[in-house]
Amino acid sequence: MALLEVRDLGVSFATPDGTVNAVNGVNFTLEKGETLGIVGESGSGKSQLSFAIMGLLAKNGTATGSVKFSGKEILNAPPHVINPIRANQIAMVFQDPMTSLNPYMRVADQMAEVLTHHKGMGKAEAVAESIRMLDAVKIPDAKGRVGLYPHEFSGGMRQRVMIAMSLLCRPELLIADEPTTALDVTVQAQIMALLSELQRDFGMATILITHDLGVVAGFCEDVLVLYGGQVMEQSPVDPLFTTPAHPYSRGLLRAIPRVDQEGEELDSIPGSPPNMTQAQTGCPFAPRCDFAREDCLDHLAPLAQFAPDRWRACNRTLEELA
Amino acid sequence: MLSYVIKRLAVAVPTLLLLIIISFLLMHAAPGGPFTQERALPPQVLANLEAKYGLDQPLWRQLFSYVWGIIAHFDFGPSFIYKDRTVNEIIAQGFPVTLTYGFISFLVAVAVGVSLGIAAAIRHNTFLDYLAVGVSIGAQVLPNFVMAPILLLTFTYWLRWLPGGGWEGGQWEYMVMPVIALSTSFMASIARITRASMLEVLTSNHIRTARAKGLPERKVILRHALKPALLPVLSYLGPAFVTMITGSVVVDFYFSTGGIGRSFVDSALNRDYAVMLGVTILVGALTILFNLVVDILYAWIDPKIRY
Amino acid sequence: MVIDSIGMKSLGDRFAAEEVKGRSLWADARRRFFRNKAAVAGLITLITITLLALFGDALTTWTNEELDFNVMGQIAQLGGPSLENGHYFGTDDLGRDLFSRTLQGTRISLMVGILGAAVAVIVGTLYGAVSGYIGGRTDQIMMRIVDILLAIPFMFVIILLLVMFGRSIVMLFIGIGLLSWLNMARIVRGQTLSLKHREYVEAAQATGVSTFTIILRHIVPNLLGIVAVYATLLVPEMILTESFISFLGLGVQEPLTSLGALISEGAKTIYYGTLWQLCFPLLFFVLTLFAFFFVGDGLRDALDPKDR
Repeated sequence: MALLEVRDLGVSFATPDGTVNAVNGVNFTLEKGETLGIVGESGSGKSQLSFAIMGLLAKNGTATGSVKFSGKEILNAPPHVINPIRANQIAMVFQDPMTSLNPYMRVADQMAEVLTHHKGMGKAEAVAESIRMLDAVKIPDAKGRVGLYPHEFSGGMRQRVMIAMSLLCRPELLIADEPTTALDVTVQAQIMALLSELQRDFGMATILITHDLGVVAGFCEDVLVLYGGQVMEQSPVDPLFTTPAHPYSRGLLRAIPRVDQEGEELDSIPGSPPNMTQAQTGCPFAPRCDFAREDCLDHLAPLAQFAPDRWRACNRTLEELA
Repeated sequence: MLSYVIKRLAVAVPTLLLLIIISFLLMHAAPGGPFTQERALPPQVLANLEAKYGLDQPLWRQLFSYVWGIIAHFDFGPSFIYKDRTVNEIIAQGFPVTLTYGFISFLVAVAVGVSLGIAAAIRHNTFLDYLAVGVSIGAQVLPNFVMAPILLLTFTYWLRWLPGGGWEGGQWEYMVMPVIALSTSFMASIARITRASMLEVLTSNHIRTARAKGLPERKVILRHALKPALLPVLSYLGPAFVTMITGSVVVDFYFSTGGIGRSFVDSALNRDYAVMLGVTILVGALTILFNLVVDILYAWIDPKIRY
Repeated sequence: MVIDSIGMKSLGDRFAAEEVKGRSLWADARRRFFRNKAAVAGLITLITITLLALFGDALTTWTNEELDFNVMGQIAQLGGPSLENGHYFGTDDLGRDLFSRTLQGTRISLMVGILGAAVAVIVGTLYGAVSGYIGGRTDQIMMRIVDILLAIPFMFVIILLLVMFGRSIVMLFIGIGLLSWLNMARIVRGQTLSLKHREYVEAAQATGVSTFTIILRHIVPNLLGIVAVYATLLVPEMILTESFISFLGLGVQEPLTSLGALISEGAKTIYYGTLWQLCFPLLFFVLTLFAFFFVGDGLRDALDPKDR
């Protein structure tokens, strides 16, 4: 049985300006210890996808489809089902460590409450375990700093605290939602190195959500490319990089700066992501796609397998893209 | 923490001094002295009176002795109208009454307002929420001088449940209507602020983190949302307190409770500047003290404010 | 307090965070505003009340000064609301027509409210913008002054002023206006602080535009949203303050009247069985406050759409 099985997941929001479909018909399966990257521009629905899995959508959000964790349905599950799983079996690291930690509580209290709640530990024991975990994420002088408030840490240190907090219960699945976006470039590399080390040591399955294909290359086994709330391409990481099968994946790849190809111009994808408040017909990428034809504006071919473990959603055949 | 308190006090004291000086100078700038009456007094009598109250001395001297009297002896001087009473006596009579019902109203307003606001925020967009919002919007436009006669009409003249006025040492049946009249609009404001603030906090990132920890909703709210949600309420309490004390003017008028508001209005109508000044300064001091307490509480809750 | 600080702060954040895209922001806001039923109802009520206050005297044969000798002395029996003798709202205890008195009171209350709010908004905006824009020591001193002034029990000071310098409507405007500019100044200062590092302001500085011109041309227009909302919500607050002072008998003086004065008259004669003396002014009072409140709130929600 797969650790996480996502079937036909959709997310929509009721707003004063109409219904917004943030995510449409996403499918994937994650086995124990596997790593999956979800890549897309901002507004592609990748964060909402992870919130939907955890049941953390904003109040006006609705999730449809099915998410099974170890065979148990957890999508839209009532609190008594989802709460024992959160942090305990599925943990999450959020994008912005500045605001994701509670500014009014000491780090010790914020971390310890996870253990006292899920593992029934006493306060002292929980704090001791928290300190061990802060050591594991390489926070210098963890013992001396555990009593501080979040604002007394730097951004990178805060994200380490956040990661340590998510690992406290040794979860089977970690969802990291753009864990490095809010950080300095040098700190980003450190955090990603830390994450991949921990992922190996703890052997947990990981979903990494990012807009940066470069980050995915070093971290993930599989990649899911999301655009306008729809899966464009789904593939193991190596073939995606060597032979991207979707115009959007190609665009993303060309937009990664490379040091080994000097003098080459960096391509950006022209245009901007679609306005999700307007009803979608056809391929969301069509307005920005070099290969788009008229039919792309009114329908999009469903996600179809074209190679072992590889799927793509595009009206044009591979030959046409060549 | 101590240095923070001292720093705040260092601001509070000059503020109070400034208040005293401004009020004092205003009093002197006023056209017509306290002894300007319809029937002009003979010049000699007037001179004697002014000598008695020290009004013949240079202004700075008067100011100095007035300020010194307050600081050194807590003495606001004699009343200009009631020849046999000092301002202290007049204040001592009304102040405990005002403080008693003011404080109770304050507690009621905060307790009911905060609970109502939190309940409405948690049950956002339900009947309870709409009810709470409706009630608090309605109550906000019912100021105490409208509430008071409506209460009197209802409970004293129609239902005959409560006495129409008096204080009687603060027995509860004399306190019910003053407290309701005084607290209603504050309760409403506090409920609205709490609700808005709680709604805002509940959408913040750290609450999402708390939920991702698998904590039950009750714990999320009590441990993680309550403190930040109450901060704006706390900063509202300072000004609210002043307005509440001001409301004693209305309460004393309708319910004959004999608080400080009565003395203030009487002295205003009698041009008894000494009493007006005394009351203004006292309320100002109380305000400053109250703001100090609020500031300290704020710093205690919010770790980002570090002295 | 009608103005809720959280909503204002959120609105301020929105205006500071987003480049104000001129026309489209206001066009969007207008569309949202007119979809908000409470706000539209408030606006219609407000227009109706204003029209009534300005031109309603034409509907009645009684002026607000005439005494009706037919009902005098028997107000409780004969002075009630009636279509026959033309006293739609009844008469007051002197036999004056309450309908035209109420209109007169509404007129004055509206005027005090709007002028008071205008004083507060102009003084507060300029003070806050200057303080925030200049920054540094000046800013510190200016804000310290605001802090000190906020600790003064202003209602008492206004009463003090009115008693000492005589009761005049000008004094009332000044007093009430001065009471309320402080919070406005604080909000505007906060906004200005976040606006002044925007590129277009720095560009203006670099090309040597004078400070005053920058404040007027670049800072103030971006404050417009928050100021508009604040001003709308300030008017009912002003009306409340004025009515409180009128209630004490220190506000507008006879033969002029205001809603507050009428309510306090009505409240004092309530036990003689002339309930209409309280009810009609109170109705106008409550409707006016509600209307301003809903319009202000709707305006804020329109400019800063959020699930509230």
